[in-house]
Amino acid sequence: MISNQLVDLSRLQFAATALYHFLFVPLTLGMTWILVIMESVYVMTNKPVYRDMTKFWGKLFGINFALGVTTGITMEFQFGTNWAYYSHYVGDIFGAPLAIEGLMAFFLESTFIGLFFFGWGRLPKAQHLMVTILMAIGTNLSALWILIANGWMQNPVGSDFSYVTMRMEMTDFWAVLFNPVAQAKFVHTVSAGYVTGSMFVLSISSWYLLKGRHIEIARRSFRIAAAFGFAAACSAIVLGDESGYTVGDAQQSKIAAMEAMWHTEPAPAPLTLIADIDEKNQKNDWQIDMPYVLGIIGTRSLDKQLPGIIEIKAKNRERIVNGIDAVKTLEALRADPNNDALKAKFATEKADLGYGLLLRKYVSNMDDVTPAIIDQAVNDTVPHVAPLFWGFRAMVGLGFSFFFLFGSALYASIRGNFEKKKWLLKWALLWLPFPWIACELGWFVAEYGRQPWTIFGVLPTHMSVSALSVGSLYGSIAGFLGFYTVLLVVEMYLMIKFARLGPVSHDHH
Amino acid sequence: MLSYVALKVIWWVLVGVLLIGFAIMDGHDMGVGTLLPFVGKGDVERRVVINSVAPHWDGNQVWFITAGGAIFAAWPAVYATAFSGFYWAMLAVLWSLFFRPVGFDYRSKINNQVWRKTWDIGLFIGGFVPPVIFGVAFGNLLEGVPFHFDENLMPYYTGTFWALLNPFALVCGLVSSAMITCHGAVYLSHRTEGDIQRRAKMAATVFGLVALVLFAVAGVWLAMGIDGYTITSALNPGELPNPLGKTVAQTPGAWLENYHRMPIAMAVPALAFVAGLGAIALVRSGRTLLGFVASSLMLAGIIGTAGVSMFPFVMPSSSDPTSSLTVWDSTSSHLTLNIMFWAAVIFVPIIIFYTRWAYNVMSGKVTVDYIVKNQDTLY
Repeated sequence: MISNQLVDLSRLQFAATALYHFLFVPLTLGMTWILVIMESVYVMTNKPVYRDMTKFWGKLFGINFALGVTTGITMEFQFGTNWAYYSHYVGDIFGAPLAIEGLMAFFLESTFIGLFFFGWGRLPKAQHLMVTILMAIGTNLSALWILIANGWMQNPVGSDFSYVTMRMEMTDFWAVLFNPVAQAKFVHTVSAGYVTGSMFVLSISSWYLLKGRHIEIARRSFRIAAAFGFAAACSAIVLGDESGYTVGDAQQSKIAAMEAMWHTEPAPAPLTLIADIDEKNQKNDWQIDMPYVLGIIGTRSLDKQLPGIIEIKAKNRERIVNGIDAVKTLEALRADPNNDALKAKFATEKADLGYGLLLRKYVSNMDDVTPAIIDQAVNDTVPHVAPLFWGFRAMVGLGFSFFFLFGSALYASIRGNFEKKKWLLKWALLWLPFPWIACELGWFVAEYGRQPWTIFGVLPTHMSVSALSVGSLYGSIAGFLGFYTVLLVVEMYLMIKFARLGPVSHDHH
Repeated sequence: MLSYVALKVIWWVLVGVLLIGFAIMDGHDMGVGTLLPFVGKGDVERRVVINSVAPHWDGNQVWFITAGGAIFAAWPAVYATAFSGFYWAMLAVLWSLFFRPVGFDYRSKINNQVWRKTWDIGLFIGGFVPPVIFGVAFGNLLEGVPFHFDENLMPYYTGTFWALLNPFALVCGLVSSAMITCHGAVYLSHRTEGDIQRRAKMAATVFGLVALVLFAVAGVWLAMGIDGYTITSALNPGELPNPLGKTVAQTPGAWLENYHRMPIAMAVPALAFVAGLGAIALVRSGRTLLGFVASSLMLAGIIGTAGVSMFPFVMPSSSDPTSSLTVWDSTSSHLTLNIMFWAAVIFVPIIIFYTRWAYNVMSGKVTVDYIVKNQDTLY
């Protein structure tokens, strides 16, 4: 049997490498479009300062991109190395968007990023701009395909379990493609990336303005970042709301945990601003609510109810009990695959198969299940409330802070007096790290909130790992931590060095 | 929709195409990385070598990523079993590949010899280690790998990392390393001039000959000393894939069966020799672009030989032959194979088209003069 320690270590390694990869992705998503904007202005106005801006920000973008590629290699293969049963069980669906991501997106961005850096002087201006645009499209398409894959983990549509192949199989590609969860996640995630890219440019430009250096480039960059960032922050908030709506539909336990909503509230449910959470007794000692708001966000109605944690668990208990039968029938059917009675029985039970598999964390034989084990499995079905509740609130709070910062920056740049507003420039500089924190929190809420499943309602996390030794996991985690720490130090060193250096004049021979 | 059997065969071909594409495109970058410390004397010469691949290595590496993704989508059981079983070998590949993006991008950003020489070693590791490990992995596939499935189709690898490094597999690793280094040398001799080109031509000759000799040795060893695998139960290739639904026996000479049954298949290993010798001759006579085509064909011949010898096996199991993975029982569903087939048919030609355009934009010799004039913007 798979040990809990192996599962925990496998999760730790995946979480660490994914969160680390996600330090570099959002900036790439945002910077590519900012480069497109700057270079478009250059092509339209023919002013060399915009070419210099594109090259300067492009250099910083390149330092970041190198680590995005480095850490991305890990992600493509880690499903196989560490999540072998997952790969077998859902590769039929999950593998397809990953492969299409390579064919449609990675080739595009990686081929054209080479020309972006080395094509200056070899390509006519308009063609170089086209290269930059294709690079940006490639980058954003890769976000689309990976979020289609991830969206399917959250809301597994268009697929069915086959007892012959012992895995999920695709039944409707278009349903996987147009999964509402995937679409909502895509627009929210790329918006967050655009906020990150804008903050990067806004902060460093503000620093130049405070120091009185590189004024020509800093002033123009500030304006572009303020406008793009404001649009991005609005879209991240509005489309984050859209993401909440679809989560409410597909993943009620995630939203209930995010909101520390222990009981079903009368519709429309209030939105809890803060609460003192008592996880053990499944209640909040006190909380501050905004009436009606959650119900409206979560159901887009005034009369539909969102279920509370205790009600969700009661429903899950029924599904787990039914799932025991589904697992037993599946075992019988595997031994006797031509038995039509078993086939018919399994067809009625298989919707709850995943819930039965939750018990595999505790027993391998379904005859050994006791009421106490069922209780444990039921409790597992809703993730810990406090980290989700506070993680979500921190992310949303930061989202609104970006809205106000970019709003002020945009207002000041329309008025044309932002260079004199030291408080605004200092705020922008100070706020540099926060988009990354918000992005990582968003990732955490989305993926931790999915527990105890890798594929929601279908495949428990506990069953998904590779049968590796615990020692192998310790070794590989140590290796990743070592490599990634050194790489981060090197990257930060170069980034700070070249940001300090600023746009140098080697381009003006 | 094409029939399931046809799609299973097509996907065997397509995985082969992606692996060969990876060897041709990313392989020449890796060969250049392997040669970097030896053909470039001094910093400027090394920058010539690096900048011959600088605009393209990232796009080329996507062949590797996409081959991984395509194996996930088309052969999920292989993806799950091979990468978890070859855990440490796979990590060694990934970790050595870490050196390349940062090595290329960061090396010349700081003008310090210790910094630059350190990254040169990194680029060497990133170029040298992966081809060796891929060759070793292919050697182990040909020998059979100790793994089995439980009743839920969870794969268990029961060997050790060190067992992968057996003599036959190491020879395969050397074949792979030599052919990739030869290929990189051919590319370098096309893109450079003067001393670097002279050294590259020498390297192409030496490593080309080594690759072909070792390929012959591995072939004889495979024919005489390695037992292949055959499916012994009745076969219905159109069935739903179930890796436990067949019986398999290990039999001497089984890896030669396909050549007996279809003598035309001998053309694949023959291609490796003809194209390899052709590549050497073409490069030495100065027709380097044709030489690159020939060395690409040599790679196709060598990789294709491994595939053709094993067909329909992909990953035979030495400890539990029934668990062996074949093109019939390790694929994804009919629908997924079909969708991925069309995705490949549409996108691969587009990719080849714009990759070719990118090489055209950057065409011409990379010279010492070019490096010196653009030292702040080039790698």
